[in-house]
Formats: sequence, C-alpha cells, structure tokens
Amino acid sequence: MVRPYFTLSAPDSCRDEGFLIYKNKLLTETAKIQSHLIPVLKTVSDPEIPVLSVLDLGVIREAIEENGIVKIKLTPTYSGCPAMDVIADDLKAAFSEISKKAEVELVLSPAWSTDWISEEGLQKMEEYGIARPLSESHDKDVLLGEKKMVKCPQCGSTNTHLVSQFGSTACKALFKCDDCQETFDYFKCLK
Amino acid sequence: MKNLNLYNYILTIADNSLILAQRLGELCGHGPNLETDIALTNISLDLLGQTRSYYQYAAKISGEDKTEDDIAFLRIEREYKNCLLVEQPNTHFGHVIGRQFLFDSYHLMLMEKLQDSPDETLAAIAKKGIKEVSYHKRFSSDWVKRLGDGTEESNAKMQEAIDDLWHYTDELFFMTEAEKVLAEDGIGVDISTFKKKYYEEVSEILKEATLSVPENKYFAKGGKEGVHTEYMGYIMADLQYMQRTYPNMTW
Repeated sequence: MVRPYFTLSAPDSCRDEGFLIYKNKLLTETAKIQSHLIPVLKTVSDPEIPVLSVLDLGVIREAIEENGIVKIKLTPTYSGCPAMDVIADDLKAAFSEISKKAEVELVLSPAWSTDWISEEGLQKMEEYGIARPLSESHDKDVLLGEKKMVKCPQCGSTNTHLVSQFGSTACKALFKCDDCQETFDYFKCLK
Repeated sequence: MKNLNLYNYILTIADNSLILAQRLGELCGHGPNLETDIALTNISLDLLGQTRSYYQYAAKISGEDKTEDDIAFLRIEREYKNCLLVEQPNTHFGHVIGRQFLFDSYHLMLMEKLQDSPDETLAAIAKKGIKEVSYHKRFSSDWVKRLGDGTEESNAKMQEAIDDLWHYTDELFFMTEAEKVLAEDGIGVDISTFKKKYYEEVSEILKEATLSVPENKYFAKGGKEGVHTEYMGYIMADLQYMQRTYPNMTW
C-alpha cells in the first residue's frame, strides 16, 4: 500500500497521483515524507538545539516505508556537523521503539539551506534564545559588523554587535546585546 | 584497483582538508583568544566533514574492502597527497592565518570549478563546501588585513608568515598524473586555469593589508606526490596514534 506523503500548506499544484508532497516556504525544494511517519520523526530533535525536531530543521529529505523498512534520507547542515551521526542513531532508535527498522542515508545534494527551517522552527529557536537567520544580504552585513540588525532573543533590541563570526556550533555566530548585555547565538544564514 | 585515477584524484583534494583540519585541531584550547580558538576549530570541523565525504566516496569507488577510517588513519606518510602548505606548523598566529588565507583562496576557486563536475558526488561535496569555504576565506582574509594593517609588530609578524609560506603556493597548481587525466576527462578541474587569478586576488588582499607581495622565484613542491616536509611525520604520529595502538578501535 502506498501511503500519502506529509504536507504543510502545499498548494494544489503539488498534488500528484494522490501524493502530497511537502514543499518548503520558498517552493524551491521538496521533501518527500510519508505522513504516517511524521509522529515518530517529530520526536527526534537536534541534539544541539533540542527544541527543534528534525522536521523543523528541514534535514529530512525523504522518509518512505518500503517492505517494512523506513528509508530516510538525511542532509547535513554543515559537512562536519557532529550532530548528524547522533541524529541518524536517534532516528533508528525512535523507529525501533515502534518495532520498525530504519535505514538512514546521508545525502549532500541539494545542499541544506536555512530556508528549509520551518516557520514554527524559527519561532521555537527564538524562544529558546537563538536569533533567527536574516536574509542573505543582511546576514553578510551583520557578520562583517557593518550593521546592527540581529534582534536580541532576550529583550528584542537590535542594538547588538558581533562578538565572533564562529559560535558554539558550526551553524551559529556569537552576538552580544548592548541593551540587556546578554550574549546570545545567532543562527547564520546559509544559502 | 579500478578507478585508480579517480581514487587518487579524490585523495589529492581530500588530504589537504584532512591535514589542515589536523593542524587547526592542534589549536583547540590554545587559540590566542576564545573567539579565534572557536573559529579555528570550527573551520577544522568543516574541513574534517568535507574530508569524510571525500573519503567515503573514495572507499566506495575503490572496489576494495576499505572504509573512510582506513584511508584517514592507515596509510603511510608517502601515500598522503596533501600539498606542503597545509602541513606547515602553527609557528605563531600570523602563520596560522597566513596558511589559512593562502589555502582558502585556492580552495574556494577549486570548489567553484569542481561544483560543475559531471561526477555527481564530487559536485555535491563542492557545492556544500563552497558555502563553508567562502566563510573561512572571509575570516582569514579579514585577519590578514587586520594584522597587516595593524601595529608595527603585527605587520612584521604577518609579513614574516607570508614570506615563509609563499614558496609553498606554487605547488597548489602542480598537476599530478591523476589530476591531468581527470582534467582531460572533464571530471576533474584543470587547476592551471585559475593560477593567474589566484595570484592576482591574493596580491590584492596583501596590498590592502599593507603587506608586500613576496618576489622569490624558488618554490618547493613534493607533497602532492607524497614527498613531504619533516613536519608530516609528527602529524602522522598524532593523527594515527589511536588506530595504530588499538587497531579497529571505535568510539
């Protein structure tokens, strides 16, 4: 039996032969995820940003059950991200809890982009204390220290400055708020 | 081995990333300040990630029973194909930045060409790598300018590093047998095509940093054919210690 794919506000044009194909907000890339696998996928989170599930992060490119085996295609945020090995193990563990075997394949192309983080994911990230990625051109300006645009996740002020282009993980830069004096992580724009 | 040229070609690119990652990894906890310490080890991590993708691919096409770890840890020194530049030591921060800057400039140009390779895996690694390497280059060239155009002492040290490392730059464009064959096949990159652009771009940034562009005519080479500087043996000792002492150990 072919099960339907997961959808998140996918327009009708994305419907194809009874499949719903989830498209990201910019409709540039698709992820094929069967909807009955969603509840399990939702329980697996990024070990570095535990409030984000792998679905929020947009790293699951495909999840399809075939002959009782869940085949997952996972894409890394950064090439060396150590979280990827952990995520792959966590996915297998999560499916084994419901007595399903999962196979995880790492795919590099198309390369992951911060555009693939869901809006819900961005909100959770901010609540967690990590500033969300700005647009590509604004990102360049703030990382060169030329403009103050990153919003402090603690107090909301944009009176912030770059402390370090590299932060606690490959995907983040370190900022400081000049109003509330808190340092915080900024999730770098990657396109 | 079938695919020997492709296998060697992958290692020619990948070994640069591995050895530079190892050099930068030595700075973990020893960077001049917290921010640069984190930055350098982040760069190391990106390079190591790229290395893994290359080695996994090389292991797959080798047709032999190899893993990425075998390729990383169980070769002898003469089998590593990295250029001499990346194995140079972390003498002082000027050398760390100089080495990074001279390599990043080359690395980015290489990735920009490799992303068009008809070999899907190489193209995918390059596309992913470009995003990371351009960030590395931004970091290293910023520091070259900051140190070069900084105090008298920082300028002198940055100049010293560039002078020391300059004669390893020509080797970046030395083409090994595998590179020649793959470039002819259209799968690999003909690196000679961006040599001129490389020196122009690097010189421009050095000038902006108020540093002088070295004019020496003597260039060292050999690393890409397995003939390394005396530093390589020590890197090997650090890198391979665990696998040699406890064969097949895993975390």
